[in-house]
Amino acid sequence: MGYHRITLTVNGVMELVDVPSNMTLLQMLREKLGLTGTKNGCASGECGACTVMLNGEPVNSCMVLAVECDGADVVTVEGLAKNGQLDPLQEAIIETGGVQCGFCTPGILISSRALLNRKPKPTEFEIREAISGNLCRCTGYNRIVEAVKKVAGTE
Amino acid sequence: MAVAEKQQTVIGASVPRLDVREKVTGAAVYADDIQFGPGLLHCRVKRSPIPHGIIKRIDTSKAEKLPGVKVVVTGADFPDRIGLYLKDRHIFARDRVRFIGEPVAAVAAVTEEIAEKALELIEVEYEELPGVFDPVYGASPEAPLLHPELGTYEYPNFIFPKPGTNIANHFKIRKGDTEAAWPQCAAIVEHTFRIPHVQHVPIEPHVAVAKAEENGQVTLWASTQSPFAQRALIAKALHIPESKLRVIAPFVGGGFGCKAGVTMEAIPVAVALKLPGYPIKLRLTREEEFYTNFVRQGLVIKIKVGCDKDGNLLALENTMYWDGGAYTEYGVNVTRAGGYSSTGPYDIPNVKTDSMCVYTNHPVGGAYRGFGMAELHTGIDQAMDMLAEKIGMDRVEFFKKNCIRGGDVLATGMVIHDVGIEDCIDAVARDLNWGVKEKPSGPNKVRGKGIALAWKAPAMPPNAGSSAIVKLNADGTVDVSVGGQEIGQGTFTVMAQIAAETLGVPYENVRVTGPIDTRYSPYEWQTVASRLTWSMGNAVRNAALDARQKVLNVVAEAWQQDPKELDIKNGYVISYRTEDTMPLKDVVVYGIPKPNDQGWIGGPIVGTGSFMPTYVTGLDPETGQGDRAVVHYTTGAQGVDLEVDLETGQITILKAVSAFDVGKAINPELVKQQMEGGMVQGLSSALFEECKLEKGVMRNPSFVDYRIATAIDVPPIMDTFIIEHAQDDGPFGARGIGEHPLVPSIAAVASALHDALGIRITNPPFSAEKVYLALVEAGLAK
Repeated sequence: MGYHRITLTVNGVMELVDVPSNMTLLQMLREKLGLTGTKNGCASGECGACTVMLNGEPVNSCMVLAVECDGADVVTVEGLAKNGQLDPLQEAIIETGGVQCGFCTPGILISSRALLNRKPKPTEFEIREAISGNLCRCTGYNRIVEAVKKVAGTE
Repeated sequence: MAVAEKQQTVIGASVPRLDVREKVTGAAVYADDIQFGPGLLHCRVKRSPIPHGIIKRIDTSKAEKLPGVKVVVTGADFPDRIGLYLKDRHIFARDRVRFIGEPVAAVAAVTEEIAEKALELIEVEYEELPGVFDPVYGASPEAPLLHPELGTYEYPNFIFPKPGTNIANHFKIRKGDTEAAWPQCAAIVEHTFRIPHVQHVPIEPHVAVAKAEENGQVTLWASTQSPFAQRALIAKALHIPESKLRVIAPFVGGGFGCKAGVTMEAIPVAVALKLPGYPIKLRLTREEEFYTNFVRQGLVIKIKVGCDKDGNLLALENTMYWDGGAYTEYGVNVTRAGGYSSTGPYDIPNVKTDSMCVYTNHPVGGAYRGFGMAELHTGIDQAMDMLAEKIGMDRVEFFKKNCIRGGDVLATGMVIHDVGIEDCIDAVARDLNWGVKEKPSGPNKVRGKGIALAWKAPAMPPNAGSSAIVKLNADGTVDVSVGGQEIGQGTFTVMAQIAAETLGVPYENVRVTGPIDTRYSPYEWQTVASRLTWSMGNAVRNAALDARQKVLNVVAEAWQQDPKELDIKNGYVISYRTEDTMPLKDVVVYGIPKPNDQGWIGGPIVGTGSFMPTYVTGLDPETGQGDRAVVHYTTGAQGVDLEVDLETGQITILKAVSAFDVGKAINPELVKQQMEGGMVQGLSSALFEECKLEKGVMRNPSFVDYRIATAIDVPPIMDTFIIEHAQDDGPFGARGIGEHPLVPSIAAVASALHDALGIRITNPPFSAEKVYLALVEAGLAK
């Protein structure tokens, strides 16, 4: 199997990684870079636990090959807080109680952050739609939606 | 104690979760996140492709020769049985397979790909046998016998298997005389309900890593609700001295019961024993998660219930056929719980119950949030709804007339404690505007409201215990060690609140130490049964009281006062007599110097505490009668307001309401989060969920084909009400709430559906397709 050397930016840091052709972005983040905040829930693009921002767009990192990310800009849950200061979305989801087991939380935060970056004042339906690919079995979702609204100032 | 009771500050406060910052930053460590270095081997499992058959031959020689394969194991290597209650299963099938997905062999290799390839090289020859795919048929004499050795299995004295049949447990209640009661009934309802198998669907799949050392030590890292039970069961089955098996359990990414008991965790341990020195990792794929794991077993429930002309319930006959699956890790006890709770929270004088756990060639029945109660209530509450209609009474009035009240004698003979179920019904009815017909949002749409009740007792052995250690640090902070697991419900937070309140320190100064580690954490039976707030909470409270008393004794000696005159407030020891104060940090590790350099008083402070209910009694095997069947019941009510689209059959839940009597809400926001999340899980099972099993094959083992509720599907309005009728032996009066909110959901939706449509659709899930076809059949749609 061929290996490829790629360079990319992850959470603002330039990374140089040797990856096999069949390695996914999810595997690269978890196994090569030790960024285990991004979770593996199904490995088939159905649950959203592995959502990261790839060049600003939310993607299921289990469905993207690492080699495709040469030159890309990737943001994971570990990149949301800056200098120990939580992203307002992280603060909000703590306040509204939108976290229980926490396994879907990284993907939910990334999908919501991407939405807010794209559209700072989304409607409630747009919020629900944006996270509809992120399955959560614990919270019942409404407190997550409240958190996004809080950041958008639309609650 | 009296002093400690007075200073209630953090009990009833919705402090933020202890674990939340880790979880929002991606720092929280789950089992799959632990790094094991280059020695890590990947384990994959060869599984039975047939539902029932004899294993004629297994040949692993080709797999063993594949480069990269380190070891291959089969059932021949592990002769002993394993099981939480009834020891009826092998870690790997030995002579016979009983469900599709049953482990037959396992491989450890340097990569997952090589391990997968090796599985293909393992040759297994089967002789297929006829299967059992329906529990009613399975219980009949015509069915093939799935466990001919049933009579030889080990089991505890509260399980009643019937050797020579497929019945793994038969629980009975005989109270009063139902035959004599029927002629006195003004209305009788008889109906059979079928509740399908559903899956737990935690977002984190099962992960377990095991490593055996040359010196006989074995370590298991697992995503688990039951580190101590796993240690005990796996050690016994694999002949490891229990203290030499160490289970380390980091955060769990959702459990709901599927990570309780032993599911797949024994597999990597078994493999590791054959290959000391290497960490062996088994991580289930999502497909395996769906079709090989424990399921919520299906249920066929036949109910006959009657009341007099005023609506007073007179008699109930309840026959339950639980589809226990191929083995019964939990099924036998779900059957028992369904049996002793078989009346639901209703006061019924004459009761005849037969609750049977039937072996089938389906996946293994496990513990699922609610432990049989959602299935039971899907039947019993729909039957009550039908009976109220038949006798011409409003459902809320009917429920209130018949619900249990403190002092009532339950069907088992137990006298029920004070329960707030009537308050719960009132809260839900009021919030739903009960009795008011709402306007649909458009033509071809109809609205309806439904309500259902719930009760559930912790289902566990009578002597399930808890313990805790409270350790004070030199900076005045407190470490609380427990063996119960944080699976998302917020138990670490609640334990910190209980410790903080009892000790008299700020909540912010308390930490609950994780991961749970059977070598260092105090014993806990399992994180199941909604029992931690109550049971582990009592242990933590006792440990904190112990630590508190030790501190007070030291300071009292130093100050030459009576400990009764002292108290701890906000991290300071204070004297009510002299108004002296001393920060805890000056006492709890280094002690206090005596005057004039004449020595020291005290030393490091560690409090210990435990709790175990001692009052649960056995029940008569023929009548189900006994003094106290369970520790207590949590009760509640739930209602929904929904709309049905007559053109598509689609149900939209506009509003869902829950009220539960939790005794005392230690952290009200966490209680509300349990109510909301549980309700959505329940509504999801009402609308969407079903394991589609055809001759033992699960046809929908993926998120695409097995749909769970998404952010778009949930009711935009969810109201929750906390009712507090104190639990006499709960910490600060608390009892559990984790499972209960999903118990009434299916029955509540069914009731609302009937209210909207005027026809009854009784078997979940109430998918758009099922509703539409029923509408067509009733002439309500074309």
